[in-house]
Amino acid sequence: MDDHEARTPGTPLAVRGRRGQYGDTAPEGTVPPAGRGGGEAGLRLAGTGAGQDREQHALGLIERVRAKPARFRDERITMAHGAGGKATLTLIEGLLAPAFGLGELDDAAHVDGLALTTDSFVVKPIRFPGGSIGELAVNGTVNDLAVSGARPLALTLSLVLEEGLSADDLRAEVEAIARAAEAAEVDIVAGDTKVVERGKCDSMYVCTTGIGRLDPRASLSPSSIQPGDRILVSGRVGDHGTAVMLARGEFELEAAVESDTRPLWTAVDALLEAAGPSLRCLRDATRGGVASALNELARSSGVAMLVREARVPVHAAVAGACEILGVDPMYVANEGVLVAFVAPGAATAALEALAAVPGCEDAAEIGEVRSEPPGIVLVETAFGGRRVMDLLVGDPLPRIC
Amino acid sequence: VRFVDEFRDAELGRVLASEIVASVEPGRHYKVMEVCGGHTHTIYKYGVDDLLPANVELVHGPGCPVCVIPMGRVDDGIAVAREANVILTCFGDMMRVPGGTGTFLEAKAEGADIRMVYSPLDALRIARQNPDRDVVFFAVGFETTAPSTALTLMRAKAEGVPNFFCLCNHVTIVPPLRALLESPDLRLDGFIGPGHVSTVVGARPFEFIPADYGKPVVISGFEPLDLLQSVYMVLRQLTDGRCEVENQYSRVVPYDGNPAALRVLQEVFELRPHFEWRGLGFISHSGLKLSAAYADYDAELRYSVPGVRVADPKACQCGEVLKGVIKPWECKVFGTACTPERPIGTCMVSSEGACAAYYNYGRLTRERQVV
Repeated sequence: MDDHEARTPGTPLAVRGRRGQYGDTAPEGTVPPAGRGGGEAGLRLAGTGAGQDREQHALGLIERVRAKPARFRDERITMAHGAGGKATLTLIEGLLAPAFGLGELDDAAHVDGLALTTDSFVVKPIRFPGGSIGELAVNGTVNDLAVSGARPLALTLSLVLEEGLSADDLRAEVEAIARAAEAAEVDIVAGDTKVVERGKCDSMYVCTTGIGRLDPRASLSPSSIQPGDRILVSGRVGDHGTAVMLARGEFELEAAVESDTRPLWTAVDALLEAAGPSLRCLRDATRGGVASALNELARSSGVAMLVREARVPVHAAVAGACEILGVDPMYVANEGVLVAFVAPGAATAALEALAAVPGCEDAAEIGEVRSEPPGIVLVETAFGGRRVMDLLVGDPLPRIC
Repeated sequence: VRFVDEFRDAELGRVLASEIVASVEPGRHYKVMEVCGGHTHTIYKYGVDDLLPANVELVHGPGCPVCVIPMGRVDDGIAVAREANVILTCFGDMMRVPGGTGTFLEAKAEGADIRMVYSPLDALRIARQNPDRDVVFFAVGFETTAPSTALTLMRAKAEGVPNFFCLCNHVTIVPPLRALLESPDLRLDGFIGPGHVSTVVGARPFEFIPADYGKPVVISGFEPLDLLQSVYMVLRQLTDGRCEVENQYSRVVPYDGNPAALRVLQEVFELRPHFEWRGLGFISHSGLKLSAAYADYDAELRYSVPGVRVADPKACQCGEVLKGVIKPWECKVFGTACTPERPIGTCMVSSEGACAAYYNYGRLTRERQVV
């Protein structure tokens, strides 16, 4: 089928050499080696002695290795490269970003007052409790625009359909796309359709490209995150990924969990109105979950983050399902949850404004930004201990025991 | 989560932690090994070691089932998966375990049909759904998971599913513990015994540890409070000069184990003369194979598995880590050449592995504390 494109406002778009966008991934960045000794007030070395010194030395070495630019050395693409963790990062920082000369990477590229982003959607099954692939394709892309501080204007839509797909399924998804676009107040202005042989794709793949107008109130950037900033999440974490996992029917497990797929511009708008320039940075916590979003930002901004596990809102059924499956809800995908970094003075107002937005009633302050140790996300566990919360390599693999 | 959160109460944790501080002799250094990988995972996930005094050190033992799988067995699995018409199924954390010829994940990317399952019963279901394919379950684990493999094989036999096979790598817990205790470079004061394994075998099989080697054992549950209490119980034994097997996990573990599960194991499996353990070498009577009655389901008999012994990489010190001789970070390649993304040794693969757990969760807790 032929392409059919409508004119979108704005100038010709070029990304080279500018702030780019590539997937939901982290900026290329260097992490300073872990601070030794001293550091932030309140941090002290636990104990002394040669053992601790050697451990510190070993940890310093590790941080130096981690700080090196990622290299893409894999012989083949495995599923891990698509999971949003370290393997994805290697692919983007080691192959894609250098090839296209992309510098700082974000959820959307900014070009002459406009924001531009693109995303592909593959999900199995295509319909799951709380949503479907069509809704995801709209919300995922408008949310990437929204968290970059842009009001979504228009989307293009590409469909890759599998031979044999029922017309009813297609019609249902097209209607879902139309409804989601209306709810997100964007127009679908161009599109393309391809059909591939049976077995060459899983029912349907959907690609959307979105364009938005940068909001003058917004000056969001990972580099503006500062120690002391508060970390907010806009809702319960892990709902979407858990709903999809359960809908696959691979486990004999049922729970009343629905995907959280929803457009987030209203939430961003409320945050900008309440916090203005005190709103430092936003991130859409999709693939890889809140944990991956925090890690990417800690790495690119050279700050530490402390999350208080007890304050993270998690649906009881999600907590239960994740417990049984042996995965951590913090790494589970969301499709309607953003992470916001707000200067301490504006945090209360921002949280109140966020919680007043429909769908964000469970918004919470989950932690804060610190200076030490840079590039690392720490969790204060509900049990009172403390640990590192690192990027996963690939998909969270369930444990057997 | 109801009935579980009670065992994660932070307030009780603080009380227990202060009891522990009160019960240790200040000048003495205590080394306690938690045998089970599940315990290692809990310790790091909840930051349990963060709550212990500096002179109480937890050493991570050999009880991570995927960590002890030797490279040659992974290669055997890959060889079977590459046979025409085979679907190989395995637990998720086997996917990234390196063999000599790569990982299951890589073999899958190269075209082998390898699928992750949550239970051997899922593998049996795949076999029923694909009657024209051979479905092989790559079985790993201690006495904890062995009964579920056994029951699945019994069901396959009862239902007459002809295309279901098992590549058996099940192992038993007592022989490696004995091997460990025989090791001359071992310096441990006591053991936290494996709760899940003990639900099957009971507490009795561990009596040789106090009797023959003079070390206290406390069988422990898997919640953070269980572990703190078990550490406390081990320390109490040391302070009181007692040395016995105690059962902290009595809400689940009967002293004599689960006779029904043990019968099932007896029927389906038999002991191999010896089995190789990653980093520990060959240990006599430590591995299980399918019994003669289940020979028709034995993938090792159906396929010509290479069965080649692959030497562990020279730089890899998984063996010393598994024995508790060195801490993960003391390994020469830890965190530099060997990382969770590119593991050299199996301890770096599963989140239960001592190295991966330390790398992913524990890197800073020993180093710094925020007051």
